[in-house]
Amino acid sequence: MKLKPGAVITEPGNSEKYETGGWRTFCPSVDPAKCTGCGLCWLFCPEAAISKGKPPKIDLRYCKGCGICANECPVKAITMKEGCRQ
Amino acid sequence: MMRIIDGNEAVALAAKLARVKVISAYPITPQTTVVEKLAEYISNGELDAEFIKVESEHSAMSACIGAAATGVRAFTATSSQGLLLMSEMLYVASGLRLPIVMTNANRSVSAPLSIWCDQQDSMTVRDSGWIQLYCENNQEILDTTIQAFRIAEELLLPVMVCYDGYILSHTLEPVDCPEQSEVDAFLPEYHYPYALDPEKPVTMGPVGVPEYYMEFRYLLQKAVQESKAKIVEIDHEFKKRFGRGYGILEEYRSDDAEVVILTMGSLSSSCKEIVDSLRQRGEKVGLVKLKSFRPFPTEEIIEALGRAKAVAVVEKDISLGHAGGLFIDTAAAFVNTREAPLMINFICGLAGRDVTSALLEQAVRETQRAAETGRVEKKIRWLGLQEKLVEE
Repeated sequence: MKLKPGAVITEPGNSEKYETGGWRTFCPSVDPAKCTGCGLCWLFCPEAAISKGKPPKIDLRYCKGCGICANECPVKAITMKEGCRQ
Repeated sequence: MMRIIDGNEAVALAAKLARVKVISAYPITPQTTVVEKLAEYISNGELDAEFIKVESEHSAMSACIGAAATGVRAFTATSSQGLLLMSEMLYVASGLRLPIVMTNANRSVSAPLSIWCDQQDSMTVRDSGWIQLYCENNQEILDTTIQAFRIAEELLLPVMVCYDGYILSHTLEPVDCPEQSEVDAFLPEYHYPYALDPEKPVTMGPVGVPEYYMEFRYLLQKAVQESKAKIVEIDHEFKKRFGRGYGILEEYRSDDAEVVILTMGSLSSSCKEIVDSLRQRGEKVGLVKLKSFRPFPTEEIIEALGRAKAVAVVEKDISLGHAGGLFIDTAAAFVNTREAPLMINFICGLAGRDVTSALLEQAVRETQRAAETGRVEKKIRWLGLQEKLVEE
């Protein structure tokens, strides 16, 4: 990748190339036995890093570890754990 | 055509000849008559440009940044406190690599409140990634301002043209003013490669995360550092077309000089007279006039001053708690070299204090003494200070 003068980005929508997983301190961990597949975590994830499913799939390349999914999960199927990497 | 104009009109005329499209400026003190003249050109139809009157210099630079990003040639002028108020946006302009040209009439900064000449204002923003070119007389102001647009646009770097307030800004001198067709042939139409255009969307000023910020600073440093060659090249072309050139620095009778004065701006003229009169008496004294302070031409400075026994760095600014900015940078240029000349820093002419021939001769005498004895008694000297008023 060649950096452009002044940090100009000439390719629209290229933020998907920037993997924000490196920001993460706490990592979501899903308990498939508790998950009801309701999709709230998918809906609330600000990074769109979660794919709908039972259990949902979390894309750790982008997950910043914000914990919103764990907070929103109505059955507490998601817990935030320290130390997990991609 | 020869005309008798002051430094401010030389700037305004150069901006007009460069066919600037947007001028954004704060119109009140510490502004100079530069923008008054430009407003006049626009109102009488001599210049087709948008004049944006703003409420502060911070906004003046912001508007120039926006204008330059849309792909038009943008210009502003300021001075003193105005430049300091603008300082936040100076870093944005250079960081975004927008080729804005600004002229700065060098004037002191408050407090005490002062509007007279010294170079503290531009010295204060020397780290901002702007090219800084200092002028000796009104002809050089006009020529440098025209050149500045070429330099800025070829390198995608903003350029600040500095000239001494009052001594040049408000003083009439004969200036050879080029024709529009000559300037058109020298300065092509403005072209910014990433100009804002809905058909070709771009992102400007994205977040510089830790993974990338350093690389962009490195690239900016490289661009400013390497701009030296382009400045010289453009100056050569200018000289071919207009018969006048200035180089990155000027060596005046300094070839065999034992003592050399180093200075910037209009003081160079006063120093040339001193050099001439001392040369008549057979004394080996010379001058180096530095035009480009940023980029700082380290190799050329070593080459020009390295042969001298002692150097008097004469300047109208001070980095409080250390020394004059020119002195600091010149001393740094000689780090890791074997034969550095002795150097004395003469701080003078702050806030319009006259720098007389007698004072300059005094500086030369002290530097000669250092050259003879091989010792510098006091590294930083305040030239023309009223000792009685500051004694404990």
